[in-house]
Amino acid sequence: MEKVMSNKRVIALYVLPSLLLLLGIVYVPIVLTGYYGLNDWDGIGKMTFIGLDNYARLLKDGVFWSSAGHSLLFALLSAVFLALYMAVALVLSGRIKGAQLLRKIYLIPMLLSSVAIAQLWLKIYHPTNGILNGLLESLGVEDTPDWLADPSIVLGALFVPILWQYAGFYILIYYAALKNIPASLTEAARIDGANSRQVALRIKLPLVREVVKVTIVLAVVGSLKYFDLIYVMTDGGPNQASEVMASYMYHKAFREFDYGYGSAIGFFLLLVCLVATWIIRRLTATKDPIQYS
Amino acid sequence: MKTKTMATTSMLLATMVLAAACGSGSNNGSEGSSSGAPSSSSASPSGSPSGEASPSASAGASPSSSEKVTLKLMHLWPEASSAGQFKVVSQIIGEYEAAHPNVTIETEVLENEQYKSKLKVLSASNNLPDVGFTWAAGFMEPYVKGNMFEPLNDLLEGDLKDKFVAGTTEAYSFDGQTYALPVELNIVPVYYNKEIFAKYNLQPPQTLDDLKKIIQTLNDNKVTPITLGGKDAWTASFWYMYLADRLGGPDVLDKAVAGSDFSDPSLLEAAKEAQNLVDRKAFVKGFNGLSNDEAKAEFMNGKAAMYAMGTWEVPNFTTNPDVPQEFKDKVGFFKFPVAADGKSSVNNWVGGPGVGLFVSQNSKHKEEAKSFVDFFVQKWGEISVTDAGIIPATKVDTSAIKLPPLFIDLLNELNNASKVTLYLDVQMKPGAASEHYNLVQALLGKAITPEDFVKKQDAALKAGK
Repeated sequence: MEKVMSNKRVIALYVLPSLLLLLGIVYVPIVLTGYYGLNDWDGIGKMTFIGLDNYARLLKDGVFWSSAGHSLLFALLSAVFLALYMAVALVLSGRIKGAQLLRKIYLIPMLLSSVAIAQLWLKIYHPTNGILNGLLESLGVEDTPDWLADPSIVLGALFVPILWQYAGFYILIYYAALKNIPASLTEAARIDGANSRQVALRIKLPLVREVVKVTIVLAVVGSLKYFDLIYVMTDGGPNQASEVMASYMYHKAFREFDYGYGSAIGFFLLLVCLVATWIIRRLTATKDPIQYS
Repeated sequence: MKTKTMATTSMLLATMVLAAACGSGSNNGSEGSSSGAPSSSSASPSGSPSGEASPSASAGASPSSSEKVTLKLMHLWPEASSAGQFKVVSQIIGEYEAAHPNVTIETEVLENEQYKSKLKVLSASNNLPDVGFTWAAGFMEPYVKGNMFEPLNDLLEGDLKDKFVAGTTEAYSFDGQTYALPVELNIVPVYYNKEIFAKYNLQPPQTLDDLKKIIQTLNDNKVTPITLGGKDAWTASFWYMYLADRLGGPDVLDKAVAGSDFSDPSLLEAAKEAQNLVDRKAFVKGFNGLSNDEAKAEFMNGKAAMYAMGTWEVPNFTTNPDVPQEFKDKVGFFKFPVAADGKSSVNNWVGGPGVGLFVSQNSKHKEEAKSFVDFFVQKWGEISVTDAGIIPATKVDTSAIKLPPLFIDLLNELNNASKVTLYLDVQMKPGAASEHYNLVQALLGKAITPEDFVKKQDAALKAGK
């Protein structure tokens, strides 16, 4: 068995399938998208090579920058909310009653498909029949907000279900990481007189630091390229007030037949995500990884 | 150990086979999308397969042929939301398959917006279905320019000669070639709830001032005057189009699009008038966040008094068995009211041929596909009105069929129509149409001034995208 596994050809055989898939589904399209972005192309007819004109246009496109602003705001928010998820996970991982049940409750939104969540929240936000406005009316609010139709609040109204959708995912990751901490460490700390807060902040948090780093990258990059709920709930509207980079790319490429420009946006989005990942890595880099055991 | 090695090798083999299948699949996929450009830049490669296909095509024409042919058909009438159309399509397919035992027709059904998106995605990878539906004019132009659709002139000159209502196929023609055959003809009336109108002693409006009075009365009584799904901006466009037509005359919109010039003063007036309606709280609360279906629900629930929508909704108000009869009895319609000093008449409509059938240039079975389209159009003309309540683009002998009164009235209106202005978003090229959606939403949401609205629409038209 060991012989088989150390044979270079066998290793190649094992690696090959996923490598081919990855190349075909991820890397080749990325290269092609980069190429399409250098062309003026409606997605169907003749391509004309125009160099970096699409990118020059991108830099001057006000709608793109406002949608990029929405994406960045959203990325920032989801990173900040990670702290809340960590707090919940810390509580859940402690010995409290009903932790099992609570964990499942938090996880349920993640099991629903995005479209189902979108439909659910469309009902909640419905201007006249919705639960939310019904509640507000029963509390005596006269002029209830049009959650998804008012450009000034639509973005906030969209963030709530998206954050809600992913909360369970991060809580679960943190929970698993925290449960992985050897009990011997926390017990030793307690014997030394540490209280719960100190155990959480001084012992547990430093030990799951690597996990936190990964989740920050996941949350930020995931938010930057977020698409589905926004597409279903507002389609970037009204009047592009909730447009994000990915939905703007979709609209350009598939609604307006501006495939070249859409590809340029897509490629730019990829670069933004890479830069964001790099910056986060730099900011969270630690000189000496902690080793307690 | 030996058996273990055997097991490992056999697993390896299985993985390899799988990988090979997947690998080649994805390779094909990416090749398909990348070759979209080269193959369409030279139209001949896509033409040459048709040369190869022609023997099989001629064989297909003779019924004795037993060669199995599978045609893919994509349509936009899901059973749940468009029961009538779905049934008629299924029936036509059934009859066609019975008459041509060697042909199997596979359908894929998607709702309107998804259908549009999917069509674009498929065209980008050169994977259009053999037969599908397209909208007229600006929508199909990129497909025609990209050599995705097959010209259907031979059908028009053959079996289908003189079958269409005059002026319906033109919207699908480019440079004398007709690339799709319309199956629908629609106009946009304003439906209203007769019960609500009777309750507050209201008459269908003759002028815009009448309409404003009605809106006032309904708002005073806490009834939603007009329901509108502004998230689907094309529905909001109806209101702008009618106002422009009533204030500026029947040709003002056509001229604006054809000349890429949105500077006619009546277009600005119409924008102001639209915001005036919004100020009067004419439209349902939060309309810019509602989809057309959500907006329609307000009308169907009897919560909103008026709803402007194409005649494709008529089945829901007449024949659809899922809608209670007591609601159907409440629905009436009126023609969009005229402006007091306007240049237009009440017999000018917003509307146009709806979707038309196309045959994909890339289809391997073009002859069968064309024969199916031919059959479909004729059969549809015979049964769509009676079975699904859809006005076909082919001529209907009204004396020979029985129809609900609401329907006969509308059909008569169509006969009396002095002009049907094709939907603005269909007239415009995709880029300008998309901007039109945003601008109409912004206009009704009061996010821009009427002046900016016309200025930006003008710029979008001049951009020529």
